[in-house]
Amino acid sequence: MTDITILQQYKKPRLNQRHKTLIYFIFAVVLLLCIAISGSLMGEIAITTRSDAKNLLPSMAHPFGTDWLGRDMLARTLKGLSISIVIGILASVISAILAGILGVLAASFGKKTDAVIEFLINVVLGIPHLLLLLLISYALGKGMFGVVIAVAVSHWPMLARVIRGEVLAIKEAPYVKIAKKLGQHNLKIARKHMLPHIFPQFLVGFILLFPHAVLHEAALTFLGFGLKPEQPGIGIILSESMKYLSLGMWWLAVFPGLALLSTVLLFDLMGSSLRSLIDPHSANK
Amino acid sequence: MKTGHAVAVYLVKILVKLLLVLLAVSIICFVLISVSPVDPIRMYVGEVGMRNIQPETLAKLESYFGLDTPLTIRYFNWLSDFVRGDMGTSLIYRQPVIDVIGVRFVNSFALMLTAWLFSGILGFFLGVIAGIRRGRLTDKLVKGYSLLLASTPTFWLALVMLMVFAVWLKWFPIGLSVPIGVDASKVTIFDTLHHLFLPALTLSVIGVANIALHTREKMIDVMAEDYVLYAKARGKSTFSILRHHGIRNVILPAITLQFASIGEIFGGSVLVEQVFSYPGLGQAAVNAGLSGDSPLLLGIAVISAALVFSGNFIANALYGIIDPRIRRGLKND
Repeated sequence: MTDITILQQYKKPRLNQRHKTLIYFIFAVVLLLCIAISGSLMGEIAITTRSDAKNLLPSMAHPFGTDWLGRDMLARTLKGLSISIVIGILASVISAILAGILGVLAASFGKKTDAVIEFLINVVLGIPHLLLLLLISYALGKGMFGVVIAVAVSHWPMLARVIRGEVLAIKEAPYVKIAKKLGQHNLKIARKHMLPHIFPQFLVGFILLFPHAVLHEAALTFLGFGLKPEQPGIGIILSESMKYLSLGMWWLAVFPGLALLSTVLLFDLMGSSLRSLIDPHSANK
Repeated sequence: MKTGHAVAVYLVKILVKLLLVLLAVSIICFVLISVSPVDPIRMYVGEVGMRNIQPETLAKLESYFGLDTPLTIRYFNWLSDFVRGDMGTSLIYRQPVIDVIGVRFVNSFALMLTAWLFSGILGFFLGVIAGIRRGRLTDKLVKGYSLLLASTPTFWLALVMLMVFAVWLKWFPIGLSVPIGVDASKVTIFDTLHHLFLPALTLSVIGVANIALHTREKMIDVMAEDYVLYAKARGKSTFSILRHHGIRNVILPAITLQFASIGEIFGGSVLVEQVFSYPGLGQAAVNAGLSGDSPLLLGIAVISAALVFSGNFIANALYGIIDPRIRRGLKND
């Protein structure tokens, strides 16, 4: 006879919230990697034109259909997404580094530096974001280089503000003040007390830059700035599809767009699940 | 210090600060356009003209475009012309930039204002409902909708709208703000609205997301306050709590956010105008950028920055004027 009370009968769920979040995170990373890798292998198929397979509706052989030159839309979409992902990551890395440096500078070097950087942030935020992207890519003579730089130098302000706030808050924390009073060197305080606290925030902010970077990259190429027409960027695919919409070729726009939306959502899922893992308090919001 | 006086000082302070930002923005725009590899003379006379151009004509054009003067002097010349309302001549429209912008500003303004009002009101309403019904189905729907829309590319949504309502259902025209081949004087207000509807709807649907999510968070915070608990304990109805405590506390942040997000609406309108070939500022900016029309691009950039500036100024001013707590705080400073 076992005498178990009701309370003891409680079964632990096999997966707790934290496990689930971890699974979401891994799911997003793996799927994005699959898109990026399969896309970069699609180079040949994406540009192969077939006169016997023009304007086909989505089918088993061509899940996303084919375009007016008989190119497979799934291959083109994957290729376009992989280009977008690479540009997005490149631009986010540069943007995050800028944000990190400026945020730490603003918080550590007194009121004047802080005011200058705050002014700089206001100036960048003072032009509608898309127009700033347009201007920078115009200044750099369009092309892929222009897109990367434009997206990179316009996305840092928000993250820089977050980093600045974090550094300012930790500077006032008792353990940092005690370390100072005990005569610890500033560099050692920065390494032992500040960095472990700032880095996770930085990482999450960095990943949450991706979705914006990818969306803006797509918008810029859609408008005709940036990638050349031969490169099947996702924005170019969508802007080309515009000419065929009135002919009723809906699949040219619907599937690539849905694929872009899913990619952005996956990046978002990756960032927000990582945030919940690193900072469990934010998960309850 | 009197309250009125304190508020005036506060307003002037923000105004000066924001004007400095606007000035810096204009410098950055000017420099970006000046360093561009696009050659204004080549754009002006064309490829064929470039081959047959006389040296003295070239020199004349160079001095006309100011290419023989240093950048700083060119900037001050441009600025002093700009303040007097002369923004140069558009190369693609062959008209003064100010005229091109004037016509297109009205179109864009109608589009943005409609979307701004509609998305603001609907987003606020949805956010409030989601906030008081936290965790229930309504909340999940509003939150899901907002998160999904926040990740949706604006131009793609515009394409889908165009496909469904203009190509399939044929309810709306495919482009342009007025019917083709109709005399300008015969264009009725109905025609204008008919062409405005889809672009405005697209912009509004996208714009709802941000304001709804923000209002929802604020509403959740307010509902967790002691005064709401106390009101519940006194047996007040949800509607009464909402009217006396909820709305009052969330409406100011919402209005401020909406004013501060004018830049985003402008960005959205650039994309939407491109898809619906709606002749507004955004479309002109894209055309100018693609065909190397520097004066027009510069003019639109500065005008759009001025729009953002006005939004930010109103947002800041509202905080100082409407909220009695901040007003009193100013007085005590």
